[in-house]
Amino acid sequence: MAAAIDTGADLERLLLVRDIEEFFYAEADLLDERRFVEWLDLFTDDVQYLMPMRRNVKFGEWERETTKSPEEVSWFDDNKTTLTQRVNQLLTGVHWAEEPRSRVCHVVSGVRIKEVTTQNGEVTAVDTGSRFVVYRNRLEMETDLFVGRREDTLRRVGGQWKIARRVILLEQNVLLAKNLTVFF
Amino acid sequence: MIATSMKRLVDVDSGIISREIFVNEEIYRQEQERIFTRAWLFVGHESQIAKPGDYFSSYMGEDPVVLSRDRQGQIHVFLNSCRHRGMKVCRYDEGNTPVFTCPYHGWSYGLDGSLVGVPRFKEGYYGELDKSQWGLVEVAQLCNYKGTIWATWDPKAPPFLEYLGDFRVFLDGTLDAFDGEDGGSEVLGGVHKWVIPTNWKFVAENFNGDHYHHPTHISVEAVGIGPGRTGEARHSDVQRHRRHMTSFPEKGHGWRGGPPQSLDEEIYPFPRFELPEAEAYFQAAYDRRKKIGAPSPPTWMFGGGGNVFPNASFHIAFPRSICVSHPRGPLHTEMWRWYLVDKNFPDAVKDHFRHYSMRYGGPAGMTEQDDMENWCYATAASKGPIARRYDYNYQLGLGHGGVHPRLQGAWVSDGEFSERNALSMYGHWAEMMDRAD
Ligand code: FES
Ligand SMILES: [Fe+2]
Repeated sequence: MAAAIDTGADLERLLLVRDIEEFFYAEADLLDERRFVEWLDLFTDDVQYLMPMRRNVKFGEWERETTKSPEEVSWFDDNKTTLTQRVNQLLTGVHWAEEPRSRVCHVVSGVRIKEVTTQNGEVTAVDTGSRFVVYRNRLEMETDLFVGRREDTLRRVGGQWKIARRVILLEQNVLLAKNLTVFF
Repeated sequence: MIATSMKRLVDVDSGIISREIFVNEEIYRQEQERIFTRAWLFVGHESQIAKPGDYFSSYMGEDPVVLSRDRQGQIHVFLNSCRHRGMKVCRYDEGNTPVFTCPYHGWSYGLDGSLVGVPRFKEGYYGELDKSQWGLVEVAQLCNYKGTIWATWDPKAPPFLEYLGDFRVFLDGTLDAFDGEDGGSEVLGGVHKWVIPTNWKFVAENFNGDHYHHPTHISVEAVGIGPGRTGEARHSDVQRHRRHMTSFPEKGHGWRGGPPQSLDEEIYPFPRFELPEAEAYFQAAYDRRKKIGAPSPPTWMFGGGGNVFPNASFHIAFPRSICVSHPRGPLHTEMWRWYLVDKNFPDAVKDHFRHYSMRYGGPAGMTEQDDMENWCYATAASKGPIARRYDYNYQLGLGHGGVHPRLQGAWVSDGEFSERNALSMYGHWAEMMDRAD
């Protein structure tokens, strides 16, 4: 016999997932359209934006596979101030690594909700997982493909979703791109 | 080997260098033979292999090597290639192990490189294989200098300290703690590794002595990434007008920063930090230096950098790091970057340095992204048949400078802008490339 379905709760969950998906897709638009100032606004003031490096380690030694914050060096371990500095640099028009600007396309998929925090019946935060493919084409033939997973904690602030923590797991050991001037 | 003398491509006296040395496949192959098998190369840091059994996989030029610490605590550097059929015996980035077992046919080697296990030793080799002859290939010389591990394949190379000569003071300024404590630094965990489409010498030359490339960095200066506080430039004006270029024509090393001088009372050598813990730490370090009369680092504190020939580049402070440009063909380089901190840094100061290192250096570094764009497209635009006919110009500050008053075998520029360091590096490079023995 099939388990009883709580249609109300399932529907709510479905709507929440759709809401989060919409948020990520809209974010991808902001990035690909290079509306970086608006993009910055999607983050809480206490955000941690972390992209660790990935090591080749022996079977079972997984805890060392990813560089740790705050002990070790990562590709990114930014806060709102550093993210803002990066955006300001992109907007100078003389940041040669992005001048002329690259063509970038963010594909986000596999969005799922891992944990929901509620307060008085209201959803206040969600932990999400997703996959990304970021394609960059620069000048004539320079092309990079960044593929990986993202773990985001979104918080409800003033009726809006804000990213409070983003961990980006890029599936590369030696970085195969010459720089990381794109956001993830 | 190429018939032409490299001295025809590198004209130190008139400051003219052929583009061929940056793009030519045959010259690249000769470099592998004559530079990278003979020079002292940076392999890693002692703090990465703190315990017996620890190892760290690295490279010397194109050759993969393993840096290991054996059971007796002795440090070794081996070619990471099995003596049987060449398989990489270690494919992990780092870790701890009692032996390296080859995944192909199972030969195993101790952390001292000795061949300790051979499958079918009795029924296959009839016990006749002389294991003592088939250990991992070890470097000819190794030197642990203030925690940094250097090695060379050449038994005839001069000992490391002689190879460095008086250039050593600049490396000391980088490897001693900020208060002058001998070798008081260590590396942070996590080595930045990335590949860029440029010749390795573009990187070495830039660290070795290019202060002319301010236009590269106008965007990061407009933003003001620190190190003391947000909105502040990366280097101070005080330091800027005291900069000089120092190079060693007989050795190929170069330093951009300033000549060594005694601690200058009027000029406080560190940034002023917004972070109270950092401000307190550096003020105390300054006081301690003065008290013990530690030899002053070369006007350094706001930055400066150099290159130990051929490809071990470094930044002395803010950030403090070692950057090796491993050659990967004439048109590619694999960059490896370690970041140094004082062993005695309080956690808050260490974290401040870690953050500054990441926003300054490496592929996500707001400074170096623009360097790489320039190196890569300079390489791309130099490889065509017409481009190769037109030499590069190294005449900036040519003839304006002289013998260094204090450092043996060194030349120092009159002012900040000079390309003499690059000429010293390439002059030595040509010398080594032409030497056949
Ligand atoms: S290649 Fe290593 S045992 Fe054969
Ligand atoms: Fe630079």
